[in-house]
Amino acid sequence: MRAHHPQNTTRDPSRGTAPGMGRRAFLGTAAGLGAAALGTTACAPPDTLLDGRTRLRQWNLFSGGDGLRMIEMHDAYRAEHPGIDLRATTFDWGAPFYTKVAMGAAGGRGADIATVHVSRLESLAPGRLLDPIDPDLLAGFGIDDTVVLPHIWEQCFFDGRLYAIPIDTHVLIQFYNLDVCRRAGLLDEEDRLVETTGLDDYLAMLREIRNVTGAYGLSVDTWNPWANFWALYRQQDGDIVFGEDDYEMDDDRALAAMEVLYRLSEEGLAPRHSMLADTAANLSNGRAGLMIHGNWEIPTLEATGVGFSATQFPNVFGNHRTRGDSHCYVFPHQRDRDPERTRAAAEYAAWMLRNSITWAEGGHVPAYQPVVESAEYDALHPQSEYREAAENVQFEPRAWFSGSAGRLQDEATGALTTLHQGTQTPEEALDQLKRTIRSLLSVPSPV
Amino acid sequence: MTQRTHVPAPRTPPEAVPPAPRDLVDVRGGPPAWTGLWFVLPFLAFYVLFLLWPAVVGLGYTFTDRSLAGGPVSFVGVDNWRESLTDPALHASLWNTLWFTLLSVPLMVLLALGLALLTDHARRLGWFLRFSFFAPFVLPVTVMTLIWGWMYNPSLGLFNGTLGRFGIEGPEWLFSEDTAMFSVVIATAWWQVGFNYLLYLAAMRSIPGDVYEAAAIDGAGAWQRVGRITLPMLTRTTALITVLQLIGSLRVFEQIYLMTMGGPNFSTRTVIQYVYDSGFVGLRIGLASSMAYIFMALIIVASIAQFRLFTRKEEA
Repeated sequence: MRAHHPQNTTRDPSRGTAPGMGRRAFLGTAAGLGAAALGTTACAPPDTLLDGRTRLRQWNLFSGGDGLRMIEMHDAYRAEHPGIDLRATTFDWGAPFYTKVAMGAAGGRGADIATVHVSRLESLAPGRLLDPIDPDLLAGFGIDDTVVLPHIWEQCFFDGRLYAIPIDTHVLIQFYNLDVCRRAGLLDEEDRLVETTGLDDYLAMLREIRNVTGAYGLSVDTWNPWANFWALYRQQDGDIVFGEDDYEMDDDRALAAMEVLYRLSEEGLAPRHSMLADTAANLSNGRAGLMIHGNWEIPTLEATGVGFSATQFPNVFGNHRTRGDSHCYVFPHQRDRDPERTRAAAEYAAWMLRNSITWAEGGHVPAYQPVVESAEYDALHPQSEYREAAENVQFEPRAWFSGSAGRLQDEATGALTTLHQGTQTPEEALDQLKRTIRSLLSVPSPV
Repeated sequence: MTQRTHVPAPRTPPEAVPPAPRDLVDVRGGPPAWTGLWFVLPFLAFYVLFLLWPAVVGLGYTFTDRSLAGGPVSFVGVDNWRESLTDPALHASLWNTLWFTLLSVPLMVLLALGLALLTDHARRLGWFLRFSFFAPFVLPVTVMTLIWGWMYNPSLGLFNGTLGRFGIEGPEWLFSEDTAMFSVVIATAWWQVGFNYLLYLAAMRSIPGDVYEAAAIDGAGAWQRVGRITLPMLTRTTALITVLQLIGSLRVFEQIYLMTMGGPNFSTRTVIQYVYDSGFVGLRIGLASSMAYIFMALIIVASIAQFRLFTRKEEA
C-alpha cells in the first residue's frame, strides 16, 4: 500500500526538455504541468466559507487501489450532499500520516474526521488527541453494535467510551494462481483450493506446487514478516501481554511460529527475499502457486490479468486465524468542536459504511454487516470467498508502540526477516525480538 | 543527498584579483555598515527564524520528555542524552552512516576524477560523455531507487539474470546484510557522481592551455602532464569536492530508506533514519533531538578536521 502518488510522474525528468522544444515552450509547459499538479492536490476553491455549506475536512492514508475507491465514494457522497463541502486529503501511508494526525490534534486543530488503524488507537491517546464519539448520535444514523461484528466493535472502545467507527477489516489471506494450482491438481471442480490441515499437510502441498512452478510453492513478503508471525502465533493461542515494565510471551509457541517462517525459506518453498511488489509478481508470473498477503493486493493482481482466487489464511496450527486490523474513522481532537460539523462527520461516516460495497471491491471486508450479507457482496469474487476471515481476525495487543506502522512492527521486522534469510535460527530471532520488546517497554510512553 | 549549489573555488589565487579602484571605496562613505545591514536583513530574518531559533529550541527539547503527540512536558535533565549515548541501536546506526561515508567518499571523488579526465581527453564524443555521466544526477531519488531496486532484485533482476546466463550465482545485493551497504553505495555513486564530475571538468577546462604546451615542448609525456600539471592544479577542487561529498554522505537517508528501509535486520539503518524512527514513528521528540545534536556535533568535528587537513596541505 505504499503506492506512489500519481502526481509524482510530473517530476519524471526523462520528460524534461524534449528535443526541438524551445526554452519558452518548455517553461510554459512546465508551468502548465505545475498548475495541473496544484489543481489535483487542492481539493476545493480557495474559500467556500461564504456559500453557507458545512465544511467537512477528512484526512486519510489511502494512496493505493483503496484510495481510488474512496475517491469514487466521495464523488457519490458529494452528489447526494450538496450542503456539505467535503474536503478529503490523502497523506502518505504509515508514520508520515500518523505524525500529522497526532500533531494536528495536539494543537486542537485536527481534521473533522480521519481514518486510522484501530490498532493505533492507544498511540493516539484517546481522550486527549481523539475526541469521544457519541454512540446515540451515531445510532441515529443507523450505526451501532447490531450492524458491526462484536469483536471489532469492542476494539473501538477505550476506557468504556467509543472513539472509533470501523470501516472494514483487512486481513492476511491466501491467494492462489489458478493455472498453477490446476496443473498441480489442487483445485476442485469449482476452482476452489483443496483444504489442508496442519503444517505437514501444508508443506506437502507447497512441495507439489513447487514441482509445477520449478521455483517456489508460496510467495510471502519476507520484508514484512510480522503479520505472518502474528497469525501463526495466534493460531496456537499464543499471546503477548504487556504489563507496567514487564511482559509475558509464550516462548515455545513463538518458536514454533518462527520455525515455520524459517523452514519455508530454508526448504526453498518460499523465497528468501521478497519485498513489496516482488511478492505479487512472484504469484502473477507463476513462480509461486500460493501467496499469503493482505486482501488489499486484489487490485494489484487484477491489474496483472492473471487468473487468481483467494481463500482464508491457511490452517497451519488447527484453525484459520489470521492477523488483521481495521480501518476506522476517528474524530481528532478539536479545541472548539462545532456540533453541526460533528453531526455532519457522523452522518458522513454512516453514509460511507452503508455504501461500503464499493470499498469491498478493493479487497477489504466491510465492517457494516448488511453489506457483507448482501447479494452484491456475494457476487464479488474473490472477496466473498474469504468473508469468514473477518471473524478469524487477530488484533495486536494494545500498547503505544504496537499496531500498523508502529514501533514494534518496525523493530520486529529486523529479527523476523533473518528467519527467511537463514541468517538467524528461530532461537536467535526470538532473543532479538524479546530484547526489542524489553527496550520498548523500558522507555516512558510518549502518549 | 540534497542539491548543492556551491561553485568551485576560483582558479586564480586571491592575490591575483586586481584591487578595487580607489574611488569606488570612497563613494561608500558615510555609515556603510547600516546600509549593508538593510540589504541582508530579509535573509537574516529568515535565517534566525528558520535555522537559529529552531536550533536553540531543539536544544531545549533535549532536556524534556516532549512528545510529538503533545501532552504535558516535564524537565528530565540529561536523561535523553544518557539514553542516546548508551543506546546500542544508535551506535549501530552511527556506524552504518560512517561506513557508508567511508565507502562512498573515496569512490565518488576518484570516480569523478577519472570520468572527468576521460572526458577532458576525449576528442570526438565529449558531449556524449558529459551527457551520460551527468544525466543520472537529475533523476529524482524515487526514480533512481525504483530502477536500481529492480536491477538488484535477486530473482527477477537484471544483474543476477545476466550472471545466471553465464552460470554464475549472483549475490543477494540489497537483501543480504553482507552486501546491502555496498549495493546502496554503488547505486548512489551512479546517481550522484555527476555533480563531482562536473566540478572537476570545469576546473580542468580552466587550466590554461599554454601550461600544457610549455610542458609538451619540454618533453613531458601525456601521463606526466596529468600527474605533474592537472592533478596539482586540481588540489583546491579536490578539497572542495571531498568536503561537500563528506557532508553529503554523512547526511545519507532517502535512497537507503527507499531501497532497504534500513534492512536487512537494520544493517543499513542510518543515523538519520534512527532519529526519524525515534522522533516521528516513536513520537519521542526530546530523545530524537538529543540524537540529532550528537550527530550534528560529529559532522562539525569531521568537517573541521578535514578542512584543517586540506588547508595545511596547501600551505606546505
